[in-house]
Amino acid sequence: MSGILVITEQSGGAWHRVSQEALGAGLELGRALGVAVRACVYGSGASVAAAELAAYPVEQVIALESPLLEAYTADGAALALEWLVREEQPEVVVMPHTYQVRDYASRLATRLGRALLADATGFRVEDGAAVFQRQLFQGKLTGDFVFETPGPNFVSVQAGSFRAPEAGAAAAAVETRTPELDAARIRQTPEAPFREADRAVDLTAAERIVAVGRGIREEGNLALAQELAEALGAELGASRPICDNGWLPMERQVGSSGQTVAPKLYVAVGISGAIQHLVGMKGSGCIVAINKDADAPIFEAADYGIAGDLFDVVPALTEALKKARG
Amino acid sequence: MKILVALKQVPARDSLLRIGAGGCWLDEADLSYEINEPDAYALEAALRLKEQQGGEVVVLTAGPERVSSSIREALAKGADRAIHIEAEGLEGWDALGLGRLLAAAAAAEKPDLVLTGLQSDDAGSGQTGVALAELLDLPHATIVMAVEAAEGGVRVKRELEGGWFQHVSMPLPAVLTIQSGINKLRYATLMGIKRAKTKEVKRVTAAELGVAAAPGLRLKRLYQPQRVKQTQFLAGTPAEQAAALVEKLRFEARVL
Repeated sequence: MSGILVITEQSGGAWHRVSQEALGAGLELGRALGVAVRACVYGSGASVAAAELAAYPVEQVIALESPLLEAYTADGAALALEWLVREEQPEVVVMPHTYQVRDYASRLATRLGRALLADATGFRVEDGAAVFQRQLFQGKLTGDFVFETPGPNFVSVQAGSFRAPEAGAAAAAVETRTPELDAARIRQTPEAPFREADRAVDLTAAERIVAVGRGIREEGNLALAQELAEALGAELGASRPICDNGWLPMERQVGSSGQTVAPKLYVAVGISGAIQHLVGMKGSGCIVAINKDADAPIFEAADYGIAGDLFDVVPALTEALKKARG
Repeated sequence: MKILVALKQVPARDSLLRIGAGGCWLDEADLSYEINEPDAYALEAALRLKEQQGGEVVVLTAGPERVSSSIREALAKGADRAIHIEAEGLEGWDALGLGRLLAAAAAAEKPDLVLTGLQSDDAGSGQTGVALAELLDLPHATIVMAVEAAEGGVRVKRELEGGWFQHVSMPLPAVLTIQSGINKLRYATLMGIKRAKTKEVKRVTAAELGVAAAPGLRLKRLYQPQRVKQTQFLAGTPAEQAAALVEKLRFEARVL
């Protein structure tokens, strides 16, 4: 049992963006522990993606292909990757923390009698062993975790936590492998992915966004945020609970389950900053956070912070903007 | 249809979180607790399925005596009975261990459907439901937005990333992890609260279930995150803060 196996995610030959970051995490971990890194890609289009993966500084690339992996299923992915992990015997398996990984990875780890260290944000090496960080309590606290079990151990990494590696010159060997899968053990029947009805706004194109969260308390108070948005020439966005309540349409939701935005200015009003929201906006140019709790994780991401009652601060800000514009 | 709902009790959402002695978990002295929000939506989905199709809703939870308040709340909302796995120190268990504990109690119930929230608001690893499915050898789907009966099983709407969705069908019994906000949570009625007192709560210990703690993943230390970004906090009255921010946005960040 040795080395690191990075399981990347792609669809039809196109990478999931966190895949390169997982590869980066695997390579950093390999360097820190002084062990070899292999990378794997599975599903329809795997051979196309594998050729690209071979340009990165990995020892070997494995394309895992099977007619039973054409359309993603949790059972199919867990069984195929269990087969691979048993064949390859890696010490650590690194994955991107995507929705797909959230769907199958615990099943895979459980089949091998292991727990998954989900959504890691970093690691350091202490006494030759990796200590991983992950967030708890929706980002309010951080925990240091260690594995107590021998390999294979499983880690998934949070989007935006590790740097994607540079592609090198030397091409790694690519090997295509076909797992032994029994169709009868794949119990999910998936249908084609779809989007809901047409969107009226495209937040991803907005230059400025005022986003509102739970702190606004009532639907009637949304007018405060709306007025601020108008004074700034911004679109109105929201965190998940606001859209769940039906106060704003889903298309205005920012975060992992909604839009990923990167406007020049992002003003977060009454948003505490759960991980799921932060991943959708932390690439914004300038981030302003207004929140009554000075310890709220949103301030982690903010350039400018106002720790105060939004019901006092937001009207004052709208007023100040109007004054500044004359 | 017999529906098992796995609930977790977690510190209330707006709790002030203080690190406890030893630095490995919270100081629990002043904490108040509530049903993990995604689990509350799983319970609501179960109650709605029962209303449509008949059957029974059984609540399954693990934890110390304090979790009784969450069990009572679930029973008051309409669950038929509950199983309380009595255990201390579960914060030190990883998702695989918790999955084993829940699976040991769930297997004997032979449910048609197991519902739970997609993740907990405290540890947030989003794994227990999936591990439970594997340990019970049942098919599963995660991040479920809607559940409908289909021939020989269920058809669910799953949330994918970036506004995409997908329908997936599978035979029953199955395990589904439910997304927050997919329905409107009901309040317990006075009648419901009264009735809850007469409903069965079966108590069982981890030892009786034959499951012991064997963490593969250990939390060494819990701490406030270090700031990676230098946030400029603006002080003063709201009007002063607002004026200072406008100034910064115009002349420093140049985004106005």
